[in-house]
Amino acid sequence: MSGRTEGGAQARASQTMLALFLRDIRLSIRAGGGALTGVIFFLAVIATIPFGVGPDLKLLARIGPAILWIAALLACLLGLDRLFQADREDGSLDLLVLGNERHMLALTVLTKCLAHWTGSVLPLVIAAPLLGLFMNMEPISIGATALTLLVGTPAITFIGAAGAAVAVALPRGGLLISVLVLPLTIPVLIFGVSASYGAVAEPDPFLQPFLILAALTLFLAVLGPAAAALALRHGTD
Amino acid sequence: MRLIAENLGGERGGETVFSGVGFALEKGQALVVTGPNGAGKSTLLRVIAGLLPNAEGRVSIEGGGEDFPSIASACHYLGHQNAMKTALSVAENLRFWREFSGEPVLDIEEALEAVGLGGIGHLPFGYLSTGQRRRAAIAKLLVSHRPLWLLDEPTAGLDKASESRFAALMMQHCRAGGIIVAATHLPLGIDGAKELRMGVTV
Repeated sequence: MSGRTEGGAQARASQTMLALFLRDIRLSIRAGGGALTGVIFFLAVIATIPFGVGPDLKLLARIGPAILWIAALLACLLGLDRLFQADREDGSLDLLVLGNERHMLALTVLTKCLAHWTGSVLPLVIAAPLLGLFMNMEPISIGATALTLLVGTPAITFIGAAGAAVAVALPRGGLLISVLVLPLTIPVLIFGVSASYGAVAEPDPFLQPFLILAALTLFLAVLGPAAAALALRHGTD
Repeated sequence: MRLIAENLGGERGGETVFSGVGFALEKGQALVVTGPNGAGKSTLLRVIAGLLPNAEGRVSIEGGGEDFPSIASACHYLGHQNAMKTALSVAENLRFWREFSGEPVLDIEEALEAVGLGGIGHLPFGYLSTGQRRRAAIAKLLVSHRPLWLLDEPTAGLDKASESRFAALMMQHCRAGGIIVAATHLPLGIDGAKELRMGVTV
């Protein structure tokens, strides 16, 4: 670090990370950014379920939160392979890794994760209440599911970042990342769905699983980027 | 400031690409690395930057002070790829790297003027020709200050006029106390540059 004051260094780091965040958001919404693929996939899955399950409204309402969560989980995994691969292909990743001396690579990865989440996953969370109507869910159940998705999906992105970093050099790494990451996301899914059910099914608690979900997200916000940074640091060739 | 490499060796996938490379560069000096394809020029640059582990020996920078304690913090690395996003405009790309790298020097517009791309900052990077892309990537070296430039085939795709303009930029960097290590096939036109010839070791 430079000889300037600690506060100045922090201000510069946050400015740098803001620049990276805005760049990644811009990239995701411009042509070919793929921000909408996740939402369209999510929409397609949820719209298909009622046709497959049949016109049993009670059943749809009962499985609604679980279906929303599973579809959101799969949609989250969809765009993860591009998280670092696009930067690797055009050489930006080398420079991001070299920037490690000025601002920790884990922080850079965290920023990229947050930008990815805002660009590709937040639209899913916003679309979830609308799709909840397709599943004949009650308003309170829709609200609880959207809230758990809001709190829980960042965890999936953070785990996914570690998978994406490991598979960054593989040209068709998308499926591999999904397979690597899926088992690790199961706890997030379990607590997300049980909190969503807890809000409507009376004896079940809402708060406890919801808090564990929040804790998982916070925990993985540290672990995921640190693991991804380690993999990227040793994966350059 | 000094860049010192001693008995440096590099490998790719377990195969030794080069070994026993040593040099010492004072500030203001340039080193041109030449050699046939596969001699390990790019690998050498990546080892110096720290993007690849060195198989043997060591490379370090001395006298960088608090701002540039290590090679990674003191270098601009210009690889084969330009590290620019085709979906963003040239100015957006440069502005991002200026913010990300820190130590800002030239304005975006000044840097683009210096490489002969004045007035096209608003165009998406993807619309540019190969040579123009390379020049925009060179402008990236000018927007933030680094004493050490590691250049991998910097003039690939450049026309004669751009080559000589870039040579002038490199000489200016050296006169200002910078160090350049460039891997190339083509003469770069830096006066007084040292030369390191790499042969195929296999």
